[in-house]
Amino acid sequence: MYGYSGKILHIDLNERKHWVEEKPESWYKVYIGGVAMAARLCWENIEVGCDPYDPGNPICFANGIFAGTPVPVGGKYGLASKSPLTNVIGDSLSGSWFSIALKRAQWDGVVIHGASEDWVHILIDDERVEYLPAEKLLGLGTYETEEEIREIFGDDQIRSATIGPAGENQIRFANVTNDGRQAGRTGHGAVWASKKLKAVSVRGTHGVTVADPETLLQMSFDITESSQGPHTEKYRIYGTSTNMLNMNKMGLLPTRNYQEGVFEFAELVSGEYLDEHHKVKVIACAQCPIACEQMSLVKKGPFAGAMTGIEYECLQAVSSNCGIDDMTAAIRLVDIADRSGMDAMSMGVTISYAMECFEKGVLKKEDFKGEKAPEGIELNFGNGEGAVILAEMIINREGIGAILAEGTRIAAEHIDQEYDAETWKWAMNIKGLECPGYDARSLKTFAVGLAVGTRGGCHNRSAAYDPDIKGQTNRFTIDETRGKVAARSEEYAAVYDTLPMCKFIRRCFTGKADRAGAWPAIAKLINATTGWNFDYDDVDLIGVRAHTMKKAFNIREGWKEADDDLPYRWKHDPMTIGPSAGHVVTDEELKYLKKIYYEAKGWTEEGLIPKNLLVDLGMDDIAEEIGV
Amino acid sequence: MVASTSKYKYVVCDPELCIGCQLCEYICSYTKTGEFNSYRSRIRTVRVDEVLITAVACRTCENAPCVIACTRDALSQDQETGIIHIDPKKCDGCAWCIEACDFGAISINPRTKLAEFCNQCEDVEEGPQCVKICPKDALEYTTPDRRAQRTRHKLVKSSLEFPSKAKDPR
Repeated sequence: MYGYSGKILHIDLNERKHWVEEKPESWYKVYIGGVAMAARLCWENIEVGCDPYDPGNPICFANGIFAGTPVPVGGKYGLASKSPLTNVIGDSLSGSWFSIALKRAQWDGVVIHGASEDWVHILIDDERVEYLPAEKLLGLGTYETEEEIREIFGDDQIRSATIGPAGENQIRFANVTNDGRQAGRTGHGAVWASKKLKAVSVRGTHGVTVADPETLLQMSFDITESSQGPHTEKYRIYGTSTNMLNMNKMGLLPTRNYQEGVFEFAELVSGEYLDEHHKVKVIACAQCPIACEQMSLVKKGPFAGAMTGIEYECLQAVSSNCGIDDMTAAIRLVDIADRSGMDAMSMGVTISYAMECFEKGVLKKEDFKGEKAPEGIELNFGNGEGAVILAEMIINREGIGAILAEGTRIAAEHIDQEYDAETWKWAMNIKGLECPGYDARSLKTFAVGLAVGTRGGCHNRSAAYDPDIKGQTNRFTIDETRGKVAARSEEYAAVYDTLPMCKFIRRCFTGKADRAGAWPAIAKLINATTGWNFDYDDVDLIGVRAHTMKKAFNIREGWKEADDDLPYRWKHDPMTIGPSAGHVVTDEELKYLKKIYYEAKGWTEEGLIPKNLLVDLGMDDIAEEIGV
Repeated sequence: MVASTSKYKYVVCDPELCIGCQLCEYICSYTKTGEFNSYRSRIRTVRVDEVLITAVACRTCENAPCVIACTRDALSQDQETGIIHIDPKKCDGCAWCIEACDFGAISINPRTKLAEFCNQCEDVEEGPQCVKICPKDALEYTTPDRRAQRTRHKLVKSSLEFPSKAKDPR
């Protein structure tokens, strides 16, 4: 078998032992890699119904089919556990060296069971597994932990996935970080902390061979060349932050905790401003010729020295969404999140929620007392310095930081109970995961895509904002086509998330990003790697299977139709200014959208999956358990 | 301290252009071994402090210190090209050459523990494959003289661009 070793490594932290599970080629043809294989490993190894912090919740790595080969942007892995934010599947992706090291160590996946008594650092050294004490790594930031580990072993090729202080303190939206990239959003860092797992390091020394290296190399050369042209210009020059002004123009830029979609100071926190004043270097993930990460430095002022990669989603969450027009504060906030190892998007939305609580009088200045703010914080929208102090209080679980560290859903429950308020109406999350940087009130197709999302409020899993923004659908209205558009766009995204490949390459195969433009080339890449005989339909099925796998996991963990919902604000509070003013997605509209979405998926009215559909996808055992 | 400069050509990386993608390592290891494996690549990317990135391969020093340091006469330098050749029968992996190299440009095979050198793809008609694949044109197959000229040109260009970068609309 080319492309895979056929082996999954199981590690039990209770007993400190490991074993090897062999999987047949037929299994890989269904689950491929990335999020689909990670979710499948989670399905196979979880104690059904367990709390996400319970030792019965496994950590599941699944490598990419193209990791360790020259296929551009194929150096990625999937990571899945039950998410402490959403209580359903938490599936993330991260790029760069870690996946390549894992491929060279010849593991297609790694499943970590149980929980350790003491903080532990796992070293996977080809086929050998070591359990190293991690006390000396505790308190180190994400970048520092990785550097320290490479220093200890004296080998640059050792690559580590780690948690930082935010993870150690079990911040519910903590990330896992490797090579400066994050497996983000769904709180993997908090799950790792529940197992006292600080880091997983991999040294892989074996070469990677593929079925047809000449074809694979030629295609890789061609795609690499194409990736230097207009198809990726947006990502290479300004990075994704160029969206700030675009979204602002359309009235979609989250502003002051999603109260409005237009930010009057957007130019001061735009990608263009960042490029001119703060950019020091553009860097790439390993195996990527595009290089989108705009490393940005604060050169002077109170936040001087802060440096990290800035992307649109993180930038909007901590700038316009918090009413902050100071780019240096925004960079510092993302820098804090990245170095402490927590999700900058969830952190930003949690801080903006706290700001609204302050402005509307539920929380007072003295509620924000901490070591750095002995008198408390006047946490108005726009208070960048206050936001930075609050972010540090969240990492340390200091004062109110301990409540906000649970994310907006749980924090609002606490605050509403304690202050007899209804702040849950301002808690901008879906299924517990904080919303992304596209206001869905006037993106009606995206609205249903988000509501039904298997991991909550995520723009990466539902790609339905694309047709809405491009005008392929009328974003202000609904019609009977939207269920199908939402269903097909999430399945499209799931193909990339399962291979996995970075979606930024999507136009580089033929110039067209649609299925017809990309799937034939992807099939050819898969065949040159594995020696299989995949065609267009097989590639298309990858996405359907991946999405179905995750949905099946959620159903077994107790998902209900009512969980497919939108935040109160998007259903009831229209914006007052800009092109999106006056729009909401009403409960009736959402009900209709969900109905036509379930129909388009071929599911029941309650959103359950028929048995025959699962059997047709080659998921017979899943059909037995949750099919109807 | 740099041991010596050279008249020979070598593969050099511009750290400002290098993005750390490692495609050079893939093509190098494939050309030399038929497998994709950074450990077997004769060119190595380096990234420190997050944004300092470059790639390093043999600099073909004149009077190469690695050759002088070798205790078993396993290394020899081609007088035409400056390329270091290794006799695997003589090399015992003692690592003196690695200690002598000022650039950390010598790789160790993780299986055999023997030294491996960049040979500038002298057996491939198109020349160094890493230079060919580099998506950012960060790699150059050049001599120190040409390199110096290029640096001077860059310096002039960047000083012209500087004033427009410095203005602040705030």
